[in-house]
Amino acid sequence: MKKMLRIILLCCSLWYAACALLSTPALASDKELLGAGATFPFPFYQKLFDTYFQTTGIKVNYQAIGSGGGIQQLKQKTVDFGGTDAFMTDKEISEAGAPIVHIPTCLGAVVITYNVPGNPQLRITPEVIADIFLGKITKWNDKRILDANPGVVLPDMNIDTIHRSDGSGTTAIFSDYLCKVSAEWKERVGEGKSLNWPCGLGAKGNPGVAGLIKQVPGSLGYVELLYALGNNMPCALVKNKSGVFVKPSIESVSLAADVTMPDDTRVSITNTAAPNGYPISGFTWLVVYKEQQYEGRTKPRVESLVKLLWWVIHEGQQFAAALDYAPLPQGAVAKAEALVKSITYAGQPVLQQ
Amino acid sequence: MQDSLFCSSNLRRISSGFSPEGNNVQGASDKVFRATLTLIALSMVVLLCVMVMTLVVNSVPAFRATGFRFFSSTTWDPVFKQYGSLVFLVGTLLTSFIALALSIPFALSIALFLGEYYREGIFSSLLKSAIELLAGIPSVIYGMWALFVLVPLMRSLQLKIGVLPYGIGIMTASVVLGVMIIPYAASISSDVISMVPSDLKEAALSLGATRYEMIKKVVLPYSLSGIAAGTLLSLGRAIGETMAVTMVIGNSNIMPESIFSPANTMASIIANEFVEATDPLHIACLIKIGLLLMAVTLVINLSGTYIIKKMSVHR
Repeated sequence: MKKMLRIILLCCSLWYAACALLSTPALASDKELLGAGATFPFPFYQKLFDTYFQTTGIKVNYQAIGSGGGIQQLKQKTVDFGGTDAFMTDKEISEAGAPIVHIPTCLGAVVITYNVPGNPQLRITPEVIADIFLGKITKWNDKRILDANPGVVLPDMNIDTIHRSDGSGTTAIFSDYLCKVSAEWKERVGEGKSLNWPCGLGAKGNPGVAGLIKQVPGSLGYVELLYALGNNMPCALVKNKSGVFVKPSIESVSLAADVTMPDDTRVSITNTAAPNGYPISGFTWLVVYKEQQYEGRTKPRVESLVKLLWWVIHEGQQFAAALDYAPLPQGAVAKAEALVKSITYAGQPVLQQ
Repeated sequence: MQDSLFCSSNLRRISSGFSPEGNNVQGASDKVFRATLTLIALSMVVLLCVMVMTLVVNSVPAFRATGFRFFSSTTWDPVFKQYGSLVFLVGTLLTSFIALALSIPFALSIALFLGEYYREGIFSSLLKSAIELLAGIPSVIYGMWALFVLVPLMRSLQLKIGVLPYGIGIMTASVVLGVMIIPYAASISSDVISMVPSDLKEAALSLGATRYEMIKKVVLPYSLSGIAAGTLLSLGRAIGETMAVTMVIGNSNIMPESIFSPANTMASIIANEFVEATDPLHIACLIKIGLLLMAVTLVINLSGTYIIKKMSVHR
């Protein structure tokens, strides 16, 4: 009996010890930086932070919990930086209580993929994409699809649209694009991570959408560029603002960001004006507080964070293309440099260069 | 009931044998031990209360914004902040009850087979362990199996009967759920069936009843409430099932037109949208759906317990 009692007491004390340990502030070691956020750039960040650890000995722990969660954690000041696919709105920044800097790290894109007999290389116009997802174009041999694809024979088959059922940055970029090219889409559906889809089927994650497209003949959906490239899925050429049908690729996505942008880089580059840019592209950002002296953060810690950011936008860029992410174009790197330099500790710039 | 009574009186006899020596010391440590156990047991109740409280508190903004219209509206639009949960409620109830209807014949057959025909032997233990294995398979595996095997089958069926051949939808999700809950319903039912007193069965046989007649007239009526309770409890599992359903239901937030239409369930919408929800009202509405899901599960479980209680009085 006594033995059992002791065991129970031991268990209880262990439990409380564990609780106490877990509740101590996580920002303890200056040799380890903490980040959380977007899942889309996670493989890229993993490679980056792993390389950074091997060259500098600074460990970066990034939790891919989703953009929303990353912003939440930054607001609660439990992480050094957040990662997000959608830039924070003015309202979100004002809720955070202090100015926030967005550092672009790479670009992603959304491709239109499909499953029709023979899977020919299709060309598609923005209006047709919007009308297919609005349920207004329902057949593959619709005149408007055939007009953009001279010489391609398409069957008299229903188009089943497949979209992401989980809230996702991919959906946000895609719907942002559709809002820009279709007034009806903007009015009826709008832009966001989760939408009220007028028609079609939902599947969870890129693998879910890709799997369903393979399973349903006559289906059409959208997935991330990196997923489509990695799985050799057919991708439609999309007509951009300049009237060019652009094939989604790492180069054409980088080109899409080759436009004049605001100094804070908070910009949507969908429907880009760049003549050879792929129109459904977007940045992904790391977000940090501009003034880094908060919650008792030490200067060395802040310095290693800023050095990391500097490294990501320079040396880090070479790892992007191999992992099917589009690297930042020169213009964007220049803007990002200015932003990293603007980070301060107690009012003083951290990076003197 | 009788078994447990017998056990506890036995225990009392054993413990009384110990008590005369070192009564005081034993008493003190006994008290501490008892208190510790009570504390740990109570912590479960506290945990439940805290969970319900969390759901209620966090869904207050949703109640303020959408009120009770939330339960009758069919529009779920995070962009324009219109939130209604009727589509998900209908999806959950439809998939669960169709799954139940599909699983009952199988569960009942297995239960009769194990409880009445083959109570022991290699074949019976083989079947029993197969069923246990089936119960232990993670739901994501069921989902994958459904996506790759069931969906094409369902599509060819849909082509034959002339509905839109998506392959995924309420019916596909129900079939997966049905397969998932068979082990639960079957094992509870076979326990109940094997508890039917043999004197009753012998009486029926001695009156000239065949085995089939005996099962029909004695075994089934006697164990009906127990089987119903087991089925209801497995229904509780079907209602909360998320992963396998999400993979094959089509995740369409539109009121289903037929049992082959794509739809969505409460558990599935929460799993899909909660992670990336940033708007406070969106989060609150998802939590409100969680509260609704909990309430529905509670009702199902309570009615299950009620029927079990009725059954034991019957005995």
